[in-house]
Amino acid sequence: MDFTKELDARGLNCPLPIIKTKKALGDLESGQVLKVLSTDAGSVKDMQAFATQTGHALVGSEAQGKEYVFFLRKK
Amino acid sequence: MTQKRMAIIASKGTLDMAYPPFILGSTAAALDYEVQIFFTFYGLQLLRKDLSDVKISPIGNPAMPMPVPMPVLVSALPGMESMATMMMKRKIKSKGVASIEELRSACLEADVKFIGCQMTVDLFDFSHDDFIDGVEYGGASTFLQFAGETDICLFV
Repeated sequence: MDFTKELDARGLNCPLPIIKTKKALGDLESGQVLKVLSTDAGSVKDMQAFATQTGHALVGSEAQGKEYVFFLRKK
Repeated sequence: MTQKRMAIIASKGTLDMAYPPFILGSTAAALDYEVQIFFTFYGLQLLRKDLSDVKISPIGNPAMPMPVPMPVLVSALPGMESMATMMMKRKIKSKGVASIEELRSACLEADVKFIGCQMTVDLFDFSHDDFIDGVEYGGASTFLQFAGETDICLFV
């Protein structure tokens, strides 16, 4: 998937991936896509909750072994 | 959608109990909540400029996982609290968990409002200079005014 910016949150635990995701989205324009890498197993549900609550669209997510990749489109 | 709001009372000053208000505060702010945290009694210690006195106590905390079983009388020995704190901080770092300082900064950056309990400041002869900048001071009415309009309200 095409993305504008990548955030490497690997090795970070709750709530840092979400807080850094929020900050990284702040640097993007509406409609641009942020790719987030995480190793926090809790971030799978957390990222969905973040998207639902904030209105940014979670347009893709996949698990690659113990790593998780998320794509968020800024609202 | 109207902005959601969360209020938390932070009343404990130990390292383990410093986490819930700062984690929930910083995360709620990231989720676009308006957040206020009211620091009262020992919770006020979490607003000190220097957080090195915020420690973990194995005493009265029987659920705390220990590397080896630790009788209460051993936990009570001088230096055990500092040792437990050092071990916990090392574990926190190795697991990629944020420090209290980091989470507190994340709260402030995200405009989480910190209210210090003025009664506690008076009670323990603290000075506003002991605490970080950006703290507002007030009492129960200040908290209740905001708390009455919130979606989530927690006591820690």
